[in-house]
Amino acid sequence: MRAQARIGFILLLMPLILWLGLLIIIPHIDMFLISIRERISFGVYETSLTHYQKALTEPLYLRTFWRTAVMSVLATVITLLIAFPVAYYIAKMARGRLQQVLFLLCLIPFYVSELVRTFGWMILLRETGIISHLLQWAGLADQPVEMLYNDAAMMVGLVYTSMLFMVVPLVTTLESLDDSVVEAGYDLGGTGLSVLREIIIPHAMPGIVSGCIVVFMLSLGNYLTPTMLGGKDSLWFTEMIYNQFIVRSNWELGAAFGFMLLVLSSVIVWGMLRLTGRTLQETLG
Amino acid sequence: MTRTILLTGTLLAGLTTVAQADTLRLLTWGGYAPDDVIELFEEQTGHTVEVTKSNNEEMIAKLRATGGGGFDLAQPSQDRIMGPQMEFGIYKPIDVSKLDQDLFIPSMLDATMANTTVNGDVYGVPHVWGTSGLVMNTAEAGDIVKDYTDLCDPAVAGKVSYRLKRPTLIGFAFSMGEDPFAAYDDEAKYTEIMEKVEAKLIECKANVKTYWGGGDELMNLVRSGEVTASMAWDTGGWKLNDDNSDITFVAPASGALGWIDTFVLPAKGQADDVAYEWINFVMQPEIAAKITAAAGNFTASAGADEFAEDALKAKYQASFPQEAIDNIKWYPPVPAGLEIIEGDVLDRVQAAN
Repeated sequence: MRAQARIGFILLLMPLILWLGLLIIIPHIDMFLISIRERISFGVYETSLTHYQKALTEPLYLRTFWRTAVMSVLATVITLLIAFPVAYYIAKMARGRLQQVLFLLCLIPFYVSELVRTFGWMILLRETGIISHLLQWAGLADQPVEMLYNDAAMMVGLVYTSMLFMVVPLVTTLESLDDSVVEAGYDLGGTGLSVLREIIIPHAMPGIVSGCIVVFMLSLGNYLTPTMLGGKDSLWFTEMIYNQFIVRSNWELGAAFGFMLLVLSSVIVWGMLRLTGRTLQETLG
Repeated sequence: MTRTILLTGTLLAGLTTVAQADTLRLLTWGGYAPDDVIELFEEQTGHTVEVTKSNNEEMIAKLRATGGGGFDLAQPSQDRIMGPQMEFGIYKPIDVSKLDQDLFIPSMLDATMANTTVNGDVYGVPHVWGTSGLVMNTAEAGDIVKDYTDLCDPAVAGKVSYRLKRPTLIGFAFSMGEDPFAAYDDEAKYTEIMEKVEAKLIECKANVKTYWGGGDELMNLVRSGEVTASMAWDTGGWKLNDDNSDITFVAPASGALGWIDTFVLPAKGQADDVAYEWINFVMQPEIAAKITAAAGNFTASAGADEFAEDALKAKYQASFPQEAIDNIKWYPPVPAGLEIIEGDVLDRVQAAN
């Protein structure tokens, strides 16, 4: 009987083990091995850390690395600031049917692929696009306005892409907040701001942290949006990895970049958890 | 008794035909294997063709990842065969005797075979060729932009686009009076040329609206008038010419850059015979003309010109007077190591402010 239960346990665990092992752990080991070898000549390789050294000393790579990290954090913060009121309205103010409709409205853009959504932004923002024409028609601009190909356009795209992943965890946690607790806060003489600070935000913290982690990861690893909306200066770190692997055929440096990105995201997520005094268990559970 | 034997014979014959029908996994560019050509081939031979569309870099990356497996026939440019073959061994030699060599333009076949020979084995035969140069609105930028470096002219500021890839580096080098191809085997000299190009491209950066990535992106930019002059392939200019007769392809003063896309057999290809059959099939003049119509570029098929559309021929002749044809700079094979130098330059240009 016990043996049977064990087999059942192992079988149930199998998909997870296979998934992690075949798709995550083994490829990462292979990537790591690629990243620590140096090409000497045709088909001759030696183990060395030269690629990490290059990645950490070349100003361009470092700049792109930090830029990507800072922009991703910024995108996360902006997403949180926009998503919080939205989520609060959906969870606390809207009732019944309206609540469902609003929630669905947040979801609908994700029915189409990311590529199509990004193209949508390109049609809106380009020089011969809709917004440019509207501005000229309204007399606010006397010549076509170019709003594409800069960091602001890229940020809009990133925030838009990750909005849903912030709204959903926030709505879930906010819904579990008892209305009477908020009322009690006001009864005890709290102002809107202090109620928000002392009651609502602490309660929503698990949602905020998990939402931020997901949005940060999505932004950091995003390839499409920065490539399509970003300008000639806005190089994203994932773009550099793609370039090294595909365009330059320099897998060794690309693999080293990949590992730097992995370390960076791990460190920032860990820092985020430390900062909010939460453990990964609380956040996920 | 005789009947049974006959029947068995027919059955067996039937079975062998079935067994011979193979699948050809073709790794190629958009337009090089149009649906009507595939249908004809499948009808005539009974084989099936699976097409994967890609570009030079991705083709090599894909073949490198599998050690030359997953495809039976690929079509990288001729300058991308020798280096990757020496480095990764992702191709296998082509048995030219299995091809109908009369179907090829002799000079092009010889040049490609010479350029793709590694250790005495031939690895590539030519298929489609074309050039890259300037695609522009001649009414607006025709007087200003005559060469690659003219894209940096203040008169066209903000209306210019090019790719951040190696053809741009090579084109700028030529138009700055250098000869990068002659410096291919001299790393120090090549680095020096590239440093000059880097300085020029950084200086020019303010003029550029955006660095384009895909052909369709550029088409949209030029068609909408947001970009009036750009560096691009000839076919792009000719296609836009249908919509707006002011837009066309212009061969730059320092020479258009000529490329030849080839046929190569990936090292672990499993249907070589079908691959040879496909090459012989698509090199027939009538079929090659169909590919020219779809891809917009001419092929190395001898006599296919007769079947090409007159409109395309007229555009070709308008873009390429005889001296422009003589001035085409054909890409020689890229030695290993150069792409690292170029990559660093491109990275620095992209990051520069």
